[in-house]
Amino acid sequence: MATQSLADFSSCDLLASFRAMLLIRRFEERAGQMFAMGLIGGFCHLCVGQEAVAVGLRQAARIGDQFIASYRMHGHLLASGADPRAVMAELVGRRYGISRGKGGSMHMFAPGRDFFGGQGITGAQAPIGTGLAFANAYRGDGKVCVALIGDGAADQGQLTESFVMAERWSLPIVYVIENNLPQFERPALAQRGASFNIPGESVDGMCLTSVREAAARALGWARAGNGPTLLEMRIERFRGHAAAEQRRKHGERDPVERLRAAILAAGFAQEADLRHVDAEIRARVAEIADQAVSCDEPEDSELLTDILL
Amino acid sequence: MTTHVLMPALSPEIKQGKLVRWLKREGEFIEAGDILAEVETEKATIEVEAAESGVLARILAPEGENVAVNAPIAAIQSAPEPAPVAPEPPQARPAPPPLQPAVAPKPCAAPTSGGTPKSAPASAPARITVREALRQALAEEMRRDARVFLLGEDIGQHQGTFKVTQGLLQEFGPRRVVDAPIVEHGFAGLGVGAAFAGLRPVIEFMTFNFALQALDHIVNSAAKTLYMSGGALNCPIVFRGPNGARARAGAQHAQDFSAWFAHVPGLKVVAPYTASDAKGLLKAAIRDPNPVVFLEHEQLYGEQFDAPSEEDALVEIGVAAIARPGTDATVVSFSRGVALALRAAELMAGQGVNVEVIDLRTLRPLDMDCVTASVVRTGRCVVVEEGWPQGGVGAEISARLMEDAFERLRAPVLRVTAKDVPAPYAANLEKLALPQVGDVVAALKSVLGL
Repeated sequence: MATQSLADFSSCDLLASFRAMLLIRRFEERAGQMFAMGLIGGFCHLCVGQEAVAVGLRQAARIGDQFIASYRMHGHLLASGADPRAVMAELVGRRYGISRGKGGSMHMFAPGRDFFGGQGITGAQAPIGTGLAFANAYRGDGKVCVALIGDGAADQGQLTESFVMAERWSLPIVYVIENNLPQFERPALAQRGASFNIPGESVDGMCLTSVREAAARALGWARAGNGPTLLEMRIERFRGHAAAEQRRKHGERDPVERLRAAILAAGFAQEADLRHVDAEIRARVAEIADQAVSCDEPEDSELLTDILL
Repeated sequence: MTTHVLMPALSPEIKQGKLVRWLKREGEFIEAGDILAEVETEKATIEVEAAESGVLARILAPEGENVAVNAPIAAIQSAPEPAPVAPEPPQARPAPPPLQPAVAPKPCAAPTSGGTPKSAPASAPARITVREALRQALAEEMRRDARVFLLGEDIGQHQGTFKVTQGLLQEFGPRRVVDAPIVEHGFAGLGVGAAFAGLRPVIEFMTFNFALQALDHIVNSAAKTLYMSGGALNCPIVFRGPNGARARAGAQHAQDFSAWFAHVPGLKVVAPYTASDAKGLLKAAIRDPNPVVFLEHEQLYGEQFDAPSEEDALVEIGVAAIARPGTDATVVSFSRGVALALRAAELMAGQGVNVEVIDLRTLRPLDMDCVTASVVRTGRCVVVEEGWPQGGVGAEISARLMEDAFERLRAPVLRVTAKDVPAPYAANLEKLALPQVGDVVAALKSVLGL
């Protein structure tokens, strides 16, 4: 990224991005440790290495644009501005969790921040996201939905069904495939929508500015009434499918490191400044984790609430 | 020789069709395969083809008229060459109804065009079909709330597979009456997303048989999100369409899923019998902030009931009704099963037995207070449903009565259900597979020790 033009980006913009991405990185690393310690049960799908996608998409979107993601969603939820304390408390199943301890890692929602999950069923976010876009078109309110789909869900029939409907009704939606398969086995997915007249683009998902620029184009296209598009984010996940799997080595493509290098190269900060930011975020995440663990579990009476309104 | 063209039927339930228009005139030569007329039934608009060549001698059913299935609508005079086989009598089965009184064969214009006040008995209580009741409910709620929209296959241009949405595209336009591609999984999920965004989708399944493809979104997405989100996100959506037995539809197109949906926490499940319940419950379902599975019945669409007294009457979800009060035994049912129960109760009344019939109307939440109170009075209970026996609605009610009214039961609760087999096609086997009035009577006699 250092080679990319940074003239358009202010120091404050890049430093805020660095903080946002680093929060996701440290949060996820901590969640991985807590999973290994048995504090997080069930599932824990981490997005270490995918931070640029979460942050870049949000930065390109407007307030009111909806996001919906797969179960690999902690990063997208944090990027939406949800309280990381409530997210961590949910991961450990506590009463102040964002879903009051009843959702878990895959089932977290922040409708007030236009984040609609957290879909535990592979591919479910495709038609549900298409429905969010349908509502935007119905109201004519100029909002766009961003539906985040993993490379696995790209094979789901419900994604194809969503393409049919989104194209037929020209719905304002951007399908984003987070293609995080290892490089040697990674299929090209950008043209998955081609036979439905859905234009696609392959994007370096490890590069914040590339993500942001591609997202801005796709969102603008949808907002102008041109219908759906597909962005394939080519990324590397630095952890296995679920937290329990082995950690991979961080490469030089690491999006956080690339942003760090770009900031230093532009002279927006000194190395020591960025180390200080990192230390601060580490400390904050440690505190968030401690708070979450010390929080009480939900009351027994919570068992029977929130079934029907 | 003269042959008659008969009013076609698309399925055994269709009793009559409307002659929309004639495409040939009297006196015109026709070839076999020519399209003679367009006919509209409850299911679809179809074209009637000539089976033989000849001259369209007479049109027997004028445009705009409703004609019984199998009644002759036209007479074709065969081409002059002598028929090689002995001429058959016009039709074997139903005696052809009297031909047009004494109307001279006119050109194609219908003798009675429009406003014939044929069937408008003065001051009789207004009657309404279940189909019309449902249509009114949809239209009224769409007028009341701009967030309500309809999505399903063939609901717009084709006016609904069973004509429940007839006229709604014309009134509300394609933005709110949306014809879906054949993607049940997809459009059910789309409905969930639209509900998350604050709209009020009403999703029609052409039949609930196809809702199995969408079961994931009904159960995993619609029913569970309120709970999984700790109350942050609700899903106000209605999934509706015909459920249960359909004449001669075979195993994949005639199943009762009542118990399946009633099993799921987070759903409300409604299965009305009468027209006013259908209307009042559908209106309540559309206004409900929760996902509601609304189970209609194909064989009830054309049934007539007293119209609801107030135009805008809602019926509360979760409240059963006593369809017929009685003292000696209780029959519990829902949807079309109530018709069987009421007929059985009539037969038993002839033998001096006073049977109470409860129409559950809602299957989740289940109004066990109503059922238990009745059984506490009568001491005997039969549950009637078209679903399979294992894990069925009757199984649930039976278990709950054991828990809540064991001491008051004077006989074991009996279930009358469909047989534990896929729905067969052959008419005789199908009849054996489905619960019949006689089965209900036999079960009543058994619990009464008669």
